[in-house]
Amino acid sequence: MSISNITPAALADPRDLGGPRQPLLRVQHLQKHFPLKRKGLALRGPRPAVRAVDDVSFDIRKGETLGVVGESGCGKSTTARLLMQLIQQDRGELVFDGQTVGSRALPLREFRRQTQMVFQDSYSSLNPRMTIEDSVAFGPTVHGVSARVALNRAHDLLARVGLDPARFAGRYPHELSGGQRQRVNIARALALEPRLVILDEAVSALDKSVEAQVLNLLEDLKRDFGLTYLFISHDLHVVRYVSDRVLVMYLGQVVEVGPAEQVFDAPRHPYTRALLQSMPSTDPLQRTTEAPLSGDPPNPIDPPAGCRFHTRCAFAQPVCGRQMPAFVEPAPGHGVACLRWQPESGYEPTPDFPAMPAPTPAVPLALGTLPDIFPEAHHG
Amino acid sequence: MADPIRPATAKAVRLQNLKVEFHAPGKRIEAVNGVDLELRQGEVVALIGESGSGKSVTLRAMMRLHAARSTRITGRLEVAGEDVLALSPHELAALRGRKVAMIFQEPLLALDPVYPVGAQIVEAIRRHENVSRAEAHARALALFEKVRIPSPERRLAAYAHEMSGGMRQRAMIALALACRPQVLLADEPTTALDATVQIQILLLLRELQQEMGLAIVFVTHDIGAAAEVADRMAVMYAGRIVEQGPAATLLTQPRHPYTQSLLRSRSHGAMQKGRRLQTIPGSPPDLSQLPAGCAFAERCAWATDACRTTQPPQERLGAGHSARCLRLEDIHSGAATLAMPA
Repeated sequence: MSISNITPAALADPRDLGGPRQPLLRVQHLQKHFPLKRKGLALRGPRPAVRAVDDVSFDIRKGETLGVVGESGCGKSTTARLLMQLIQQDRGELVFDGQTVGSRALPLREFRRQTQMVFQDSYSSLNPRMTIEDSVAFGPTVHGVSARVALNRAHDLLARVGLDPARFAGRYPHELSGGQRQRVNIARALALEPRLVILDEAVSALDKSVEAQVLNLLEDLKRDFGLTYLFISHDLHVVRYVSDRVLVMYLGQVVEVGPAEQVFDAPRHPYTRALLQSMPSTDPLQRTTEAPLSGDPPNPIDPPAGCRFHTRCAFAQPVCGRQMPAFVEPAPGHGVACLRWQPESGYEPTPDFPAMPAPTPAVPLALGTLPDIFPEAHHG
Repeated sequence: MADPIRPATAKAVRLQNLKVEFHAPGKRIEAVNGVDLELRQGEVVALIGESGSGKSVTLRAMMRLHAARSTRITGRLEVAGEDVLALSPHELAALRGRKVAMIFQEPLLALDPVYPVGAQIVEAIRRHENVSRAEAHARALALFEKVRIPSPERRLAAYAHEMSGGMRQRAMIALALACRPQVLLADEPTTALDATVQIQILLLLRELQQEMGLAIVFVTHDIGAAAEVADRMAVMYAGRIVEQGPAATLLTQPRHPYTQSLLRSRSHGAMQKGRRLQTIPGSPPDLSQLPAGCAFAERCAWATDACRTTQPPQERLGAGHSARCLRLEDIHSGAATLAMPA
């Protein structure tokens, strides 16, 4: 992303320390293993562990939306929780705008004010015994804002996310629909005026028509408040729509990262390619005839040696089972962890990927001629 | 290929004016409000809709899975040639699994956690057919091979929690097909699966359907998944089928405003970066207080006063294609003007 894409609001932010070129959050060699009990008589050797996040490094740039995709068990949500410091990493560090998280310069409490999260389950992430205005106002009071100011701010935010405070402020979570509850969660996340918002499958549980409303809202809020998003989702259509850059994870590791158009139109990693080809065609006349991958993702307790994808990869060679690929950038800004792209890795060069078939329209083109019957909804 | 013993013209499912009401204290929830749907043997129909549209309720009514005490089902409900609403509990038990089987969204909840998966298949076969344990076991093994579970002999002895998500879904499909049913009811069978596994399961369902001549009712909110398997599609809104037709027709020439908007949200170019998404304003109606007229009128840009008071009849539009909307002609010919300001 070029600097010109950064919103003026982000540039004008007095909290901005390093300027637009410094990443908002730099994640370095992050690792989290969840140890398991030893089984049977295996008393010796390393204790088994779920290797949820294994040496993950990436940057979140100021003002961008970084999409994260991958299958269940790939470590997306663990990464999100590590970024929020809801769980402690085993190794690695987070640098927020030039300051190490947890250091004297940026204590955890201060970091958490600047980073907020919205979860998938809109109901379980709200306190059922608190009215929504109290839920939204709660965070600021903890950080020393007076109750009256916090409540006023909560009302402003509820109005901003499309919930009329006069009608909704005193309601409880169970009195709202799923889409409305997710708006409350978004308002609550914004109550502390964060700079980074982590959206962990935040729209995945919503119906399509409501999802579109919330995505539009997120876009508006990002522009108006100068936010940076980390957007985690398994819905590739949505990730492509919202993201400036996309990060692809497989079994606890980053396999590819790059600008959204490049990752989606010219994927470099065989896994990214298979993931994209697995999207249903939505055209009954051009149905998928063969599944791009067979089987399920392997167990992260005992991931395959070498490249973790080699057991399912159509392009794997013997060397892939022995050597762990390094993360390389064949073109600036578009990185991949695959031996095919790594010079002198011992991978025998083969003709390149068969080209991706021309992107089939999600729905046959005839629809493009339909009248624009649904004017945009207006909120707030 | 259709099974020669079952004529291809026979109706596998026939629903006429099906209504399902739930009674809660002080409330009456009208979940399904007059559904008409027919399936030939060997046909796959997808029921599409958002949550609360009545698609799963319709599906479960076909096996009378709703609690009898708080549910009222009226209308005609024939599945595999049986009048389901007239069956005694005993006859119903004989029907379930034998002629009609169901697969669910979450196999971990649907399978019994305390018995090995193989034992559950053996039990299902022996419940309906007079065969020896060894013979039932051999059939379970053949089923596991058919749904392509690796090392099937070993997996038969496994418990549900020992399998991966995709394998559990394959095991549940094997269980559902154990007694060679005529009709398979699938309730969001791929929604909980990862993308690379979802496509495998969809292809497997399609293959088994063709091989066994199954009629499948496939409930989903994912139009893409529906397009991969369905011959016909029916779009539900507030307990009614608002439009149904052959899959290709429905996807390329949708006529009901709700179908059009649903498809627009996913059509090519609709999700272009930097462009705002088309949204449907508002949210679906409260099923305990349904309006007198078209349930979609409140959110529809074309709605007139007549829409709010009259229930639109089903209108034929072409071979097997029909929709319920008062303004179909006006919208199609371009004569209609938007009732709401753009």
